[in-house]
Amino acid sequence: MTGDLNILLAGFGGQGILFTGKVIAYAGLMGGREVSWLPSYGPEMRGGTANCSVCLSDKTIGSPLVTMPDVLVAMNLPSLEKFEGDVVPGGLIIVDSSIISKKVSRSDVRAVYVDASNIAESNGLKGAANMIILGRMFRETGFCSAEILDKGLQKSIPPKKIELLGNNRKAIQLGIDS
Amino acid sequence: MGEKVLMKGNEAIAEAAIAAGCRHFFGYPITPQTEVAAYMSKRMPKIGGVYLQGESEVASINMVLGAGAAGVRVMTSTSSPGISLMAEGISYIAGSDVPCLIVNVQRGGPGLGGIQPSQADYYQATKASGHGDFQMLVFAPSTVQEMVDLVAGAFELGDKYRMPAMILSDGMLGQMMEPVELPEKRENPEDNKPWAASGHQNKRGHNVINSLYIDPHELERLVVERYKKYDAIKETEQRAEEYLADDAEIIIVAFGASSRVSRSAVDMARKQGIKAGLVRPITLWPFPEKFLAKHAGHAKVFLSVEMSMGQMVDDVKLAINCSRPVEFFGRTGGVIPTPKEVLEQIVRLNGGGYRCR
Repeated sequence: MTGDLNILLAGFGGQGILFTGKVIAYAGLMGGREVSWLPSYGPEMRGGTANCSVCLSDKTIGSPLVTMPDVLVAMNLPSLEKFEGDVVPGGLIIVDSSIISKKVSRSDVRAVYVDASNIAESNGLKGAANMIILGRMFRETGFCSAEILDKGLQKSIPPKKIELLGNNRKAIQLGIDS
Repeated sequence: MGEKVLMKGNEAIAEAAIAAGCRHFFGYPITPQTEVAAYMSKRMPKIGGVYLQGESEVASINMVLGAGAAGVRVMTSTSSPGISLMAEGISYIAGSDVPCLIVNVQRGGPGLGGIQPSQADYYQATKASGHGDFQMLVFAPSTVQEMVDLVAGAFELGDKYRMPAMILSDGMLGQMMEPVELPEKRENPEDNKPWAASGHQNKRGHNVINSLYIDPHELERLVVERYKKYDAIKETEQRAEEYLADDAEIIIVAFGASSRVSRSAVDMARKQGIKAGLVRPITLWPFPEKFLAKHAGHAKVFLSVEMSMGQMVDDVKLAINCSRPVEFFGRTGGVIPTPKEVLEQIVRLNGGGYRCR
């Protein structure tokens, strides 16, 4: 896939929001695209919510702060409520429906519900809901090839934690199959 | 040059400084700059360098003065309130003709302000970094790769002109990750500093590094000499990037984070058929007057877009000799403007709705 893709990932601190963004950004880089990754920082992170802007483009990236996302990943209710209105018409919202019971209220965007946290739990992959969501996002958008996505994942895991690669791969596959 | 890696701006600054041969870092933690110091604390001990957290910013900048006087490549980094604390030391460094690198990852002010990105230290960096008649070289990167490139350049030019150089970054550029290619490692940048107080081994006289001159005529002579150097720098070291500026009727002037937002807005305006362009100062001192003056003929209006209350506006007016209206749009306090907001200003100006004449 080519063209610009602006992604906003949001949820609680500790859900792996920033890591998910990093995998997407690295996949973009491995695919030869321009990429940027911008986290929220400071008290809003410590107070519970974290979000992360990722831009993928074939051109030089202007503002790295995603204010009108093509894709919104919402992993908690405050994030869905805060950012739902910002998504571009025709955009995609992916919701972790294990955590958020509310439905997307807009009709001009595509809403996808993934029971990510429950799927993670029942497969012994607690804490990997983010990768399940990522797998599903990959399937919905095709923002890169499967091979490139895996390369992005490998690049994102520090060498000291390489034993986590297997579980992350498994979770991404569960997301693709969800 | 190796493979591209994703790095945070703050980490990239640190790694670029190490690659440029910097082995001395003195600093004190403050958000959103702390990753620079944290990175240095991990790396310096492994490569035979010095990482030292001073008891305060005041101590740290004076350690920079000491190390710089001994002729080594030295740096510190902090965020806005920290620069205020360092002001005295920066003035001493300038008054002693000692090169060093100072990084300011700006946050909202005044006072303790906030911790979100800001550009409200423009005046401080370019006009009054401390007391007395002096200037610093000030560089404003807008991408993580440019941070890397400008760190090396800032060290080089600081050494060349024997003066402090600043990288004026902000919380957004410091915290974001982008692909970077790191430069080849450079060794022994300390060579060729015959002025340094690095030990004379009875082979030459003492080198004295000092900023105290009791005789006003002697002090005046030194300051005037320094200003001749500043004039030469203004002539040769101005740098800016021009984007779609050659035929532009509306020229945005913006640096750092706000220049990226502005670039997006320019693209949006061009899609609507509005002739907008961008001049992005890379050096804030010397201010790139030449790059602005050359567009004053065809531009109808200039728009300074900043994350402050408009601290750069006067410099833009002076650069074009007030020959065109210079308008301002900014957000401050840690708020980042959106491309849409900047586009609205461009559309307003395209309709001729100037606030100033």
